[in-house]
Order: sequence, then C-alpha cells, then structure tokens
Amino acid sequence: MTTLSVEVNGRRYERAVEPRTLLSDFLRHDLGLHGTHVGCEHGVCGACTIELDGVPVRSCLLFAVQVDGCRITTIEGIAPDGELTPLQLAFQEAHALQCGFCTPGIIVTLEAYLRSHPQPSEDEVREVLAGHLCRCTGYQPMLTAVRAVTNAQP
Amino acid sequence: MKPAAFAYAAPRTLDEALELLAEHGDDAKVLAGGQSLVPMLNFRLVRPALLVDVNRVAECGTVSTTANGSLHLGALVRMATLEADPAVRAGWPLLGDAACLVGHPAIRNRATVGGSAAHADPHAELPAALVALDARFRLRSRRGARVVAADAFFTDFYATALAADELLVAIEVPPGTPRTGAAAIEHAQTHGDFALAGAAVTVTLDARARCTGAAIAIFGGGAIPLRASAAERALVGTGVDDPAARAAGELAAAACDPPEPADYRRALVAELVRRALLAARMRAA
Repeated sequence: MTTLSVEVNGRRYERAVEPRTLLSDFLRHDLGLHGTHVGCEHGVCGACTIELDGVPVRSCLLFAVQVDGCRITTIEGIAPDGELTPLQLAFQEAHALQCGFCTPGIIVTLEAYLRSHPQPSEDEVREVLAGHLCRCTGYQPMLTAVRAVTNAQP
Repeated sequence: MKPAAFAYAAPRTLDEALELLAEHGDDAKVLAGGQSLVPMLNFRLVRPALLVDVNRVAECGTVSTTANGSLHLGALVRMATLEADPAVRAGWPLLGDAACLVGHPAIRNRATVGGSAAHADPHAELPAALVALDARFRLRSRRGARVVAADAFFTDFYATALAADELLVAIEVPPGTPRTGAAAIEHAQTHGDFALAGAAVTVTLDARARCTGAAIAIFGGGAIPLRASAAERALVGTGVDDPAARAAGELAAAACDPPEPADYRRALVAELVRRALLAARMRAA
C-alpha cells in the first residue's frame, strides 16, 4: 500500500491505496464520490472524465498513486452544494440527458472547454463531444444546451 | 478490466529512473502518459512486476529550441502542448497537425510524445510525423547516452531500438526549411479512433513554386512508420499539382506492406498522400 494526499473538490484526503487502484475506482470506492462513472475502462467512452490540475483527463487511465499532491475536480465539485451551473441547468432545460450515465464526464469536459473557449462554433463543440459516448442518442439536445449558455446561433 | 498487481516507483530524477531500469529491466514498464499502457494493463495484456512512473522527472518535460535551431522535446511533453505551443506551431506545424488527430482532448492532455514513440504503434500519428521530420531520439541508460535516427528507432510492430534498461529522454527535430508546408491526414472509421491509414507530409517549394524536396511518412502502412522515398523523389521539380500528387500517392501505396484489409489500406494511402501533398503545397506557397 502507498499513502497519497490529494485535494478533491477543495477537500484534502489522505488514503493508503494499492498501486494498481485506478483513480476512477479510488474516487468511487475510497472517497465515495459516485458521480464519476465507469464505462469502458480503456479511455474510449469518456464517462470517467475528471479535471486533474485544471485539465480534463480520463480517470480510468490513471492510477490513484499518480495524483499524490494534485488537485482534482469531479462532477460533485463542479457547482456549489445544492446548486447547478448554467450549463447543468441548460442540460436540464434542453433534456440533454436520458439515462445520465455519460453526463458527468460530458459536463466536466464541457465546463473546462467553455472556460477556455467561451464562444465555440458548433463544429468545435461536436469535436469535443466526440470524445464521449452517449447511447441514448442525446447529442442534439447537448448542442442545444451549449448553444443556450454561449448564446450561439445554430 | 482491472490490472494485475504491480510494484510502483515514481522517481524524481533521471538518475533514479535509470537506476530502477538498470536493476529491473525486463520486468519493468515505463509509465509516461499511460494512454496506451494503462488500457493494456487494464486488459492484462501486459503484467509488469514494476511500473516506473517517470511523470515526476522534471528534466524530461520541457520544450525548447537548441542553439542550432532544432526543437528539443522532452519525452514527457504532452500531445496537447504540441497543439498549443506557439513555437512548435510556427516552426514544426506537422507536429501539431499530427497531435490533433490523436484520440480526444482528454487523451491529449495526458499522452506524451515519448510514450507514443516508445509504444511504436504502427497506426500512430506522431511517430509518422517524427519520421517525416527526420527526428533524432535521445536515449539514456546507466551505461551511457546515445542518439538514434528516426529511420533506425522504429524496428517492428510495437518495437523500437530501446533496450530494456534504456529510457527515451528527448526527441530532437531539425529546423524547418523556408517555404515548406506540412499536413497530416488520416482515415479512421470512428472519430478519434485509431486510423486505418494516414500520411504525414512536408513539401518545400522554390521561388517559382517548384518542389525542391518532400517528405512523406505513412502510418498504418506496415510494421513501422514508412518513408515513401520513391514518391518523394518523384515530386522534385514538379509543381505538386494534382497529377504529380496522385502519382506520388500511388508510389507511396506501392511501397506499403499493410496489415489486412491490405488493399483497402493501400487505396487509402494513395488518396490520403495525394490530399496531404496538395494541402502542404498550399501552405508552402
């Protein structure tokens, strides 16, 4: 077991983990943060996307021991407790989710992307969404939701 | 879908990393960005006894320009940096073009240039770009240092010149030539997935828009990223117009020995080389 210290959603955690523990499993099983979903476990589906030191990464392609000393934001830390971000509200309004399994990863990715690209073109948003598998065919409403928060024309 | 147990070491210096590789060699795997290695661990396709995580070796993480104008890429430079770094974009645009084709942004935030090269997937974009640009690979071990040229670094499917105790520490790319355009193009069945085939090319023109030199590297065309040298020679003196680009594409396809579906990949190579050459010529002019 290796001890690590990591800041997740503004709170510091110290835990002992096996080196082979994936970061996605660490977040869910050790910290009880179940909002990060685990889909494919080989980096394809995007459901486990989190922010590591300010950039989106796949948490299934990192080991927990690697993030010692790092700062992480998961879907639980995207908005203050009991609130939703404008993007989350827009997702709700546009019905941009059905089962919701892919949604945490998509929100984490889009929040980071819209911070650095506040006025993206629709093609750019499509390119970003391409990194996430949604099998409820919810991509069109996602584009509508992004359009709503960026005031973009279709 | 969980890895087998392994021991883990995260050296802080290059010397510590080389010491670990000298001691554990064949039983160890180097972990850089992990975007290829961790899926292989999760699938238990590889089961190393020790993982040497080099991410904290700061001296391997920098981008700089050397005194002779070459680009020095530390092995831990992320793909996302190739897309974003102004000096890389200006001087070696082929690298950013190739990096943009790798996976998705979240993958490129972790994937490293050294990891991609050392993994040596014959379908990978960056190794082909490095072969097209005549990159040199700086290897270190406790035994010493050596520099390997791109045409000797990639040796077979997922195989390189790296010995078990060696670490790829940096990649150097020679300075670009004026009036040179670059383009990397691929075809993948799903956006962001591995390419079936692709091409990374540069075209250099003289003042009268005649080609004075070209570099064509193919990925997905065989066991290693291939230089299509006959196609390159055929372009010299032409205006890299559509017939010249088409002929070069066919020469490049003929030089390939792709895995199945081989005929389809050859057809893709011919067309992708044509398109890449035309795009590079426009950017050179």
